Amino acid sequence: MRILASPEWRLAIITVAVFALMAALSPERFLSEGNLVSMAFQFPEFAILALAMTLTMMTGGIDLSVIGVANLSAVVAATLLASFAPAGIGTVESLPWLALAYTSALIVGATAGAINGLLVARLALPPILATLGSGLVFTGFAVALTGGSAVMGFPESVAWLGNSRLFGIPVPLIVFTLLAYALHFLLTRTSFGLRATLYGANPLAALYAAIDTSKLLLRVYVISGALAAVAGLVIMSRANSAKADYGSSYLLLAVLIAVLGGVNPYGGRGRVIGVVLAVLSMQILSSGLNMLQVSNFARELIWGALLIVVMLINTVDWSERRSKQPEVQGKVTGESS
Amino acid sequence: MKSVFNKQFWTRNETLVAVVIILFCLIASASDPRFLSATTLTDLLRASIVLGIFAIGAMLVLISGGIDVSFTAIAVFAMYVATVLTLGTIPSLPWYLIFTLSILIGAALGALNGLFIARFGLPTLIVTLGTLSLFRGFLLTFVGSERISKLPPGMRDFSRSMLARGTTESGNFYALPLAFAALVFVVVLTWFILHKTMLGRSIFAIGGSEESARRIGINVRATQFFVYVYVGALAGLAGIIHGSLGRMADPFSLVGLELSVIAAVVLGGARLTGGYGTVSGTLLGVALIVLVQNSLIVIGIPSTWQSVAIGLLILIGTGLPAWQAKRAAEQAA
Amino acid sequence: MPADVSKRNEESFVHMQGVTKHYGGVVALDGVNIDIMPGEAVCLAGENGSGKSTLIKILAGVEQPTSGSLKIGQNTQSPLDPRTSAAAGVMVIYQDFSLFPNLTVAENIAFASELGNGTRLASKSRNLQLAKAALQKIDVDIPVHARVESLPVAHKQLVAICRALASNARLIIMDEPTTALTEREVTSLLGIIRRLKEDGIAVLFVSHKLAEVLEVCETVLVLRNGKLVAEGPAGDFDAASLTRHMTGRDVPQTPPSAMSEAATDLLKVNGLHKEGAFKGINFTLRGGEVLGISGLLGSGRTSLAKALFGLVRPDSGSVTLSGTPVRLGDPLAATQAGIGYVPEDRLTEGLFLTQSIVRNVAVGRLDAHANKGILNLTSLTAEATEWLKRLTVKAPDVEAAVKSLSGGNQQRVALARWLSRAPQVLILNGPSVGVDVGSKSDIHTIIRELAEQGIGIIVISDDLPELLSVSHRILVMRNGQLVDEIASGTVDERELTHRLAS
Repeated sequence: MRILASPEWRLAIITVAVFALMAALSPERFLSEGNLVSMAFQFPEFAILALAMTLTMMTGGIDLSVIGVANLSAVVAATLLASFAPAGIGTVESLPWLALAYTSALIVGATAGAINGLLVARLALPPILATLGSGLVFTGFAVALTGGSAVMGFPESVAWLGNSRLFGIPVPLIVFTLLAYALHFLLTRTSFGLRATLYGANPLAALYAAIDTSKLLLRVYVISGALAAVAGLVIMSRANSAKADYGSSYLLLAVLIAVLGGVNPYGGRGRVIGVVLAVLSMQILSSGLNMLQVSNFARELIWGALLIVVMLINTVDWSERRSKQPEVQGKVTGESS
Repeated sequence: MKSVFNKQFWTRNETLVAVVIILFCLIASASDPRFLSATTLTDLLRASIVLGIFAIGAMLVLISGGIDVSFTAIAVFAMYVATVLTLGTIPSLPWYLIFTLSILIGAALGALNGLFIARFGLPTLIVTLGTLSLFRGFLLTFVGSERISKLPPGMRDFSRSMLARGTTESGNFYALPLAFAALVFVVVLTWFILHKTMLGRSIFAIGGSEESARRIGINVRATQFFVYVYVGALAGLAGIIHGSLGRMADPFSLVGLELSVIAAVVLGGARLTGGYGTVSGTLLGVALIVLVQNSLIVIGIPSTWQSVAIGLLILIGTGLPAWQAKRAAEQAA
Repeated sequence: MPADVSKRNEESFVHMQGVTKHYGGVVALDGVNIDIMPGEAVCLAGENGSGKSTLIKILAGVEQPTSGSLKIGQNTQSPLDPRTSAAAGVMVIYQDFSLFPNLTVAENIAFASELGNGTRLASKSRNLQLAKAALQKIDVDIPVHARVESLPVAHKQLVAICRALASNARLIIMDEPTTALTEREVTSLLGIIRRLKEDGIAVLFVSHKLAEVLEVCETVLVLRNGKLVAEGPAGDFDAASLTRHMTGRDVPQTPPSAMSEAATDLLKVNGLHKEGAFKGINFTLRGGEVLGISGLLGSGRTSLAKALFGLVRPDSGSVTLSGTPVRLGDPLAATQAGIGYVPEDRLTEGLFLTQSIVRNVAVGRLDAHANKGILNLTSLTAEATEWLKRLTVKAPDVEAAVKSLSGGNQQRVALARWLSRAPQVLILNGPSVGVDVGSKSDIHTIIRELAEQGIGIIVISDDLPELLSVSHRILVMRNGQLVDEIASGTVDERELTHRLAS
C-alpha cells in the first residue's frame, strides 16, 4: 500500500485512529467542547518545543537544552515582571513591561541558542554533549536566579498569552499554528531551510558544496533557542509562575513527537505537517488517558513504549541514511567503485 | 629515556581533571582546614559508590560507540522490585541474595536495551530515552509508587557493615561502608574484561569501526548485546546499594542522575564517537563530580550553582579536546 | 580470447565454476570460471563496473552467487559466509583497509588471528609477537605501539597486509593495492609476494592499472561487463591488448587538440606550501587548458586540489585567478571567485544521496534564485533540469533521490552542479572513478567541450589513459612537490607510469 510508505500518511491514520479510540472509550466527555478546547490550550507549550527539536534534528543534531532555555527565559521575564509590574498593577500600565519581559525572554533564548550554535559550529562539539552541558548551565542559572523557588506575582495581562481566546480560538493554538507554518515555510521555501536539510543529509558534502556550515548551524540553534523561549512564556502564562524545573518531562516528549512525526534523528528528513500530526496524537492520547483515569505514571510508560515502537517501524527508512557504505549504488549497478 | 610527562600527558583529559581535583582540594583545605580529614574522605568515597558504578557502565557503552541514559531507571526498577519481592516472599533473605536478584533484574532490563540496539540497530540515545521512560513508567504504574522505609533486614545489615571505621584525632567519626568494596570489585572486573579479554577488545574494536569489526568476523550483535546486559546488571547493583545505604526504597530516586554520570565519564576522556575510554579517567571524572556535588560550598560556591558548575565542567572538559582536535584537523592536509 | 592454460580442478585452491550474480535486473557476473592454484599470483583486471568488486565479495563470502559453484581449498564449498571463507584462508584487504583507528598497530595486526583462534583472553605479548613476525616478513619498520589513526596512509596499508599475513591466509586478495606505495615499497611488496608464493599462498591482485598488472602477476584475468573475456600468462599481454580486452574497443590515445595561442593565464599558483602535504607549488593554468595532475597516493595531489578550493589551508603561498588573489582556506571564497571542485569520493563527499537530483544540482545556485532568502522554486528547478538535459543525465524523475542513478549519471549530476555556477576554473578529482566505460568517454568529451569554451580545467587522476587522452599538459607530483611536466603527445602510458614511479 503506497499510502503506508509515507510516514506522514501513516501518522494521519494513527491520529485518526487514536481520536476514534478515545472518543469510543469515553464519548460524552471526550467529544465535549470543553475537552476539545482544553486540549487546544494544553498542547502548544510542548508542541513549540517539539518544533525546536525538529529543526535541530533536521541538521542531524539535537537540542537537549530546550527545557533549560525555556525555563531560564521565563524566569528572566518573570523576574522583570515581578519586580517592576507586580500583581495588582493595571492592565494598561503593565503592557510596556510585558513587552519588555517578552522581548527579554526572546533575547535570552536567542542568546542561549547562539551559545549552543557556537559550541557546535566553532568547537565542533557533538550536539548531544554541547546541549547537555549548556542545558545544565542554563537550568543552573535559573536556579541561581530564583533560589530554586517559583517566581510569582504577575499582572493579569500575563494570563492572556496562555489562557484567553482570540475570535474564539485559543491564543496558544494561534501562536503554535503561526510558528508551525513559519517553520514549514523556512524549511521548504528558503535557501536557509534547504541548506539545513542538505547539511543534515550529509555534512561533509555540504562543506564540499561550499555551504557556510558555521553560519547555518548558528542560525539553527538560535532559532531553536528562540522557539524554546516562546514555549517558556506560554508555560509561564499558563502556570502563572516561572520555575527552574518546569516541564522536565517535556524533553522526552519533544523528542518523541519529532521522531513520531517522521523526523529522522540522523538528519536530512522531516516535515512539519508530520510533527503537527504527532502533536495532535500525543495530546489526544494524553487527554484520553486522563479521562480513563489512567495515572500520570502510565503516561510516561506509554510515551516510552510509543517512541520505541515508532522507531522500530521507521527503522527501514533510516538505515539507509545511517549506513556510510555505498551499498545502495552497488545494488543498482552491480558493484561499487 | 623519554619523559612520561610530555606534551601529550599534559593535554590528556585525565591529567586536566586530576589537576582540577588537586586545585579544588587545595582551595577547600585552605578555606576549611577540616576538609582534609578521614571523615571527608570517607564521606566522599561513600558518595562516589553509586555514581562510580553507574559511570563504569556508562563508560563501557561509550567505548562501544553508543550512549545509554536509561541506567538510572533500570537501577531504581531493579532495586524496588527486588525489595518488594523480598518483603513479599522471603523477608529474611540474606543481603547477597537480594543483591543477586536486583542484578538479575537489571540484566534483564539491559537485555531489552540490547534487543533494540544490537538486534534492531536503533539509534542508542533515543532508544534509551525511550526505555528510561518505559521502565520508570512501568515501575510507578504497575509495581508501586510508595516509598518503603521498612527494608528487609538483609539490606539493613548490609548498610551497617563497614570496611573501616574509627574516630579521628579531632574527635570526628568516620566510616567507609562495605559497599565501597562493590565499587572496587566492579572496577577490577570491568578493567579485566576490557583489557584482558577478546570480548573487551572487541568492544573497543566495534567502537573504533563497526564495519571493520564486522568484516574481520567479530560478532558485533552479540558483543553489543553483552554490553547492555552488563550495564544493566551494574545498574541493578548500583540501585540496590543505593537503596540499602539510603535506608529507603524510593521509586522516585536516582532518575535525574544520568547527566552527572555522563558528565563524569566524558570528563574522564571517553569519547562520544566510541572506541576510547579508560577506567582511571572515569574514576577521576567521578571524583571531580562528587567533589562538586558535595563540597562546592567549601570552596565558597553556594550549592544552587551546582548545575552550572557541572554544566561548565562538561563544556570545558569536552570543549577543550574538541577544539584541539579541530586545530589538528585544520593543520592536517 | 582465452589463452590455453590448463588448470587441474583437483589441485586448484580456488575453483569457481559458472558463477553468475544478479542484482535485481543487473547482471554483475556472468558465467565466470576461474581457477587459482596455490602459490599463484593472479591479476584480475577490469574497468570500473566490470564486476571485480562483486567477484571479491563472492570469494570473501560477503555475497552469494545467484548460480554456479565455488570451492575453496579441499573442504569449503559455496554458499560461503565471511567466517567460513576466512577460516578457509581467504583474506581480503579492502581499499579502506578495515583497520581500527583507535587500536595499536600490534593489536590491529593480531586481532583477526586471535579472534580466529577462539582465544578468550587477550594478550599484549602475543599481539606483539605476531605483529613483529609479520612486519619482519615484509621488512618494514612501523612503531608497533602507535595508534593506527596516527599513521600515514601508506603505513596503514602495510598494517593491513601484515594482518592478512598474521591470519595464515592461503589466498590474499588485494583490492587496488599499490596506489599508496612508493616504488621502493612496491619492490618490497613484490619480494613479499614471492615469499608468500613459496609458502604456497596465492595472491589475487585486483586492479585497473595496467602497468602494475603486467609487472606483478604470472596470470592475468580480464573481466568486462561481468564476463571473463581473457585469461592467460602475463607475458601474453601488453598495455594495448589489455586495454582492448578491458574496454572492448581500441581506445585511441589521441591527445586533445592544441590550444589557441591567444589563451591567457587564468590561474596562477605561487609558492604554495603546506607542512606535511606539499611544498613549493608553482604553476599556471591557461584559459581553455586541461591540466592533468598525477602522482602516487600520498604524493599530495588531493591536498593540493583541496587547497586550491579552500578545504585545506596552506601555510604560505598565493593563488590568483584572472589577476585577483583568492582568499585561501575558505571554500566559499574560492567558489565566489569562480573555482569549482568535484571531489574524489562522489558518494560521501560529492552528493547528498538521499536528496533529490534537483536539489543536488541546485545547491550551488540557491542565492541566485532567492529573494531575501525566499526561493523561487520554479526557476530553480527549471534551471537545474536544463543542466541535467545539457549533460544528458538519464533521469526520468528529477525529484527522485540521486542515489537511484548509476555512477556515470551521478558524476554528471555532480558536474552539473558546478557548471551551473559558470566557474572559471574547474578542478576534477578522479572524474571517472566508478563510472562505466560508456559514461567515461562521455565525461571526457564534456571535459574537452568545457575547455573549448575557455574554462580552465585541472584533472587529478591516476587513470593514466584518461590523463593522456584529455590533458594538454600533465604535472607529476611526488612527496608533495611538482617533479615533472609532460606535454601531451610526447609519452605513452608505459613511459608515464615509469615517470610517475621513478
